[in-house]
Amino acid sequence: MSGTLRTARWGRYSLRWHPRALAVVAVCTVLALAVAVVAVGSGEYPLPPADVLRTIAGQGHPADAFVVNDVRLPRVVTGLLVGAALGTAGALFQSLTRNPLGSPDVLGFTQGAATGALAVIVLAGGSSLALAGGAALGGLLTGALIYALAWRQGVHGYRLVLIGIGVMAVLTGVNGYLLTRAQITEAGRAVLWLTGSLDGRGWDSALPLLAVLVALLPLALGGGRALRLLEMGDDAAAALGVRVERLRLTLLAAAVLLTAAAAAAAGPVSFVALTAPQLARRLTRAPGANLLPSLCVGAALLVGADLLAQHAVTGRVLPVGVVTGLVGGAYLVWLLATERRAGRI
Amino acid sequence: MGGPPTTGRLHGEGLTLAYDQRVIAAGLDVAVPDGSFTVIVGPNACGKSTLLRALARMLRPRAGHVLLDGHDLHTRPAKQVARTLGLLPQSSIAPDGITVADLVARGRYPHQGLLRQWSRDDERIVAESMAATGVAALADRFVDELSGGQRQRVWIAMAIAQRTPILLLDEPTTYLDIQHQIDVLDLCAELHEEQGRTLVAVLHDLNHAARYATHLIALREGRIVAEGAPGDIVTAALVEEVFGLRCQVIDDPETGTPLVVPAARRRTAV
Ligand SMILES: Nc1ncnc2c1ncn2[C@@H]1O[C@H](COP(=O)(O)OP(=O)(O)OP(=O)(O)O)[C@@H](O)[C@H]1O
Ligand SMILES: [Mg+2]
Repeated sequence: MSGTLRTARWGRYSLRWHPRALAVVAVCTVLALAVAVVAVGSGEYPLPPADVLRTIAGQGHPADAFVVNDVRLPRVVTGLLVGAALGTAGALFQSLTRNPLGSPDVLGFTQGAATGALAVIVLAGGSSLALAGGAALGGLLTGALIYALAWRQGVHGYRLVLIGIGVMAVLTGVNGYLLTRAQITEAGRAVLWLTGSLDGRGWDSALPLLAVLVALLPLALGGGRALRLLEMGDDAAAALGVRVERLRLTLLAAAVLLTAAAAAAAGPVSFVALTAPQLARRLTRAPGANLLPSLCVGAALLVGADLLAQHAVTGRVLPVGVVTGLVGGAYLVWLLATERRAGRI
Repeated sequence: MGGPPTTGRLHGEGLTLAYDQRVIAAGLDVAVPDGSFTVIVGPNACGKSTLLRALARMLRPRAGHVLLDGHDLHTRPAKQVARTLGLLPQSSIAPDGITVADLVARGRYPHQGLLRQWSRDDERIVAESMAATGVAALADRFVDELSGGQRQRVWIAMAIAQRTPILLLDEPTTYLDIQHQIDVLDLCAELHEEQGRTLVAVLHDLNHAARYATHLIALREGRIVAEGAPGDIVTAALVEEVFGLRCQVIDDPETGTPLVVPAARRRTAV
C-alpha cells in the first residue's frame, strides 16, 4: 500500500520517506562534492583529487596549501553554497506560489539585488563588501515591496507572480539607467557582476553565506512538511492544522534571505533557482516542494557549471552565470520536451 | 431564531463575516447541536461556505467569536483544533503527481510529528478511510488522472482520515453520480450514528437534506431563516421564502421525511 513511500518504526517513533528522493539527495551530494574536489584540483597548477583531499585535511604539501585552501577552495565552497541557497529558495518560492514560474529570477528579487549592487558600484564605487551589502539590501527591499503589494487576504500565488513580474520590469529599467551612468571601468565590473561569477571569491564571500544557510535551513526544512499541505490550498492546509499566514510569511522571508545572500556572494547567477527544483522534482518524482533534493541539485548544478565555465573555452574563463543559463536552461527544455506524461507543468 | 445558542461544542456568537468591505453576514448566532447531522441549505452565494469557513477558523470573524468547547477557536493551538474539528473545503488543489494513498495519508498530519511520521494507527486509519469511500482500489493511481467523482471521494477519504469528532463538509456530493451521492450520505449517516460524530454539511439537494439531516439550517443572505428538524421546518412557504421557488411538500414514500416537488412551469401568464 502507498507503494512509493518507505517507513521505519521504533516503538512510538516513526519516519517515512520517499526512496527515490533519498537516492537523488545521496547521488547529488556525492556528485557535487566530487565535482568540487575535481574543481579544486584543476587550473594552471593541477592536482590529483587525492592530493586535494590530503591538503584540505591539512596533511598535504605546504606548497599546495596556499593554492588549495586559500585560493581555490573558497571559490568552490562559495559555489556549493550559492547553488544550495538558490536551489532551496527556488523550491520554496515555487511551492509557495504554486507556480513553476515563481522563482526569484522571475519574481524580481534577483533584479532587486542587482539594483542594490549596481547602485553601490555606480554611485559609490564601493568595495566588494559594500557591493555584497548592497545586493543583500536590494534583494530584501524588493522582497518586502513585493510582499506589501501582493498582500491581500493572504498572498495568492498568481498575484505574487504578476506583481513580481511588474516590479522586475521596473527594476530592469532602473538597472539599465544605472549602467548608462557608469564609467567604463565600473560598467565592466558591473556587467561581470550582473552575469553572476565566482571569480576571486574568498572566504569572506563563503562564510556569511554559510552562516545564513546554517540559520535558515533548519527553518526551511522544518516547514517542509507543512508546506506540502499548503499546496492543496489554504483552506485544506488550515483544516489540517497549518497556520497558513505565519508559515507563508516565515518561508517567504527565508527564501528572500537565501536569494539575497546568494546574490551578495556571487551576483545574480541566472536560472539555478528556476531549474534546480524542476530538475529535482523530475528526478525524485515525488510530490511536494522537494526542498532537500532541490538544495543538492542546485549545489551540484552550480559547481558543475563553474567547472565547465573555467575550462569549456580554452584560454577564456566564462562567468558561471553564462553556463548555468545555457546548460540548465537547455537541460530543462529538453526534459520538458521529452516528458512522457502530457499535461504536467 | 430564539436567543443566542449556548449548547453544543461548536457554536458561533454574534458573527459578522466579511471579505474586505463586503459583509456577508452580520450578528449571526449559530449552534451545531452535539451529535447531530446538521445540514445547511440555501441559495448560491448566500454565505454557506463563508459560514462553514468561519466555523472552521479559515475566516476570522469581523465581530463575534466561534467557540469550540468554550474556547475561542483562534486562541487554540492549530494542530490541537485540527484533531477535534475537520473541514472538507468546497474546492482543493490536488498536488502534481500525488497518488491517492499519499493524498489520503495527509489527513493524518494533525496526529503526526517530526519523529512520529507514520504510526500503525495512521496506516490502519488511512486504509479504513479509503475502503469506506470506495477508493481503496485506486490507492496507487495519480489523483490528477481520476474522474471528478473519484477525486471527490478521495478528498472525502482524506477528511475522514483526520478522525475528528466534528467534521464539516462543504458540498461533499458535488460531482458525484446519484449512487455515489447516496453512498456518501449513507457514509455520513454512519459516521454520525455509529461513531457518534457531529457532522455539518452543506447540501444543495433539499430532498437529501431533509432525508439525512437531524438538524437543518436554512440560510438566506447571511441570515438563518429557519432551523430545526426537517420534518418541523420544511414547508412550501419556507422553500418559497429561501429559494423563491414555488413547490409542494409531500411525504417521502421511503422515509416519511419532507419531499420537495417543484411546481410545474407556469402555463398561464407570461
Ligand atoms: N474570498 C472571497 N473574497 C470576496 N468575496 C467572497 C469570497 N468568497 C466568497 N465571497 C462572496 O461571499 C458571498 C458568499 O459566498 P459563499 O461562498 O459563502 O456562498 P455559498 O452560499 O457557499 O454559495 P455556493 O452555493 O455557490 O457555494 C458571495 O457573494 C461571494 O461572492
Ligand atoms: Mg459554497
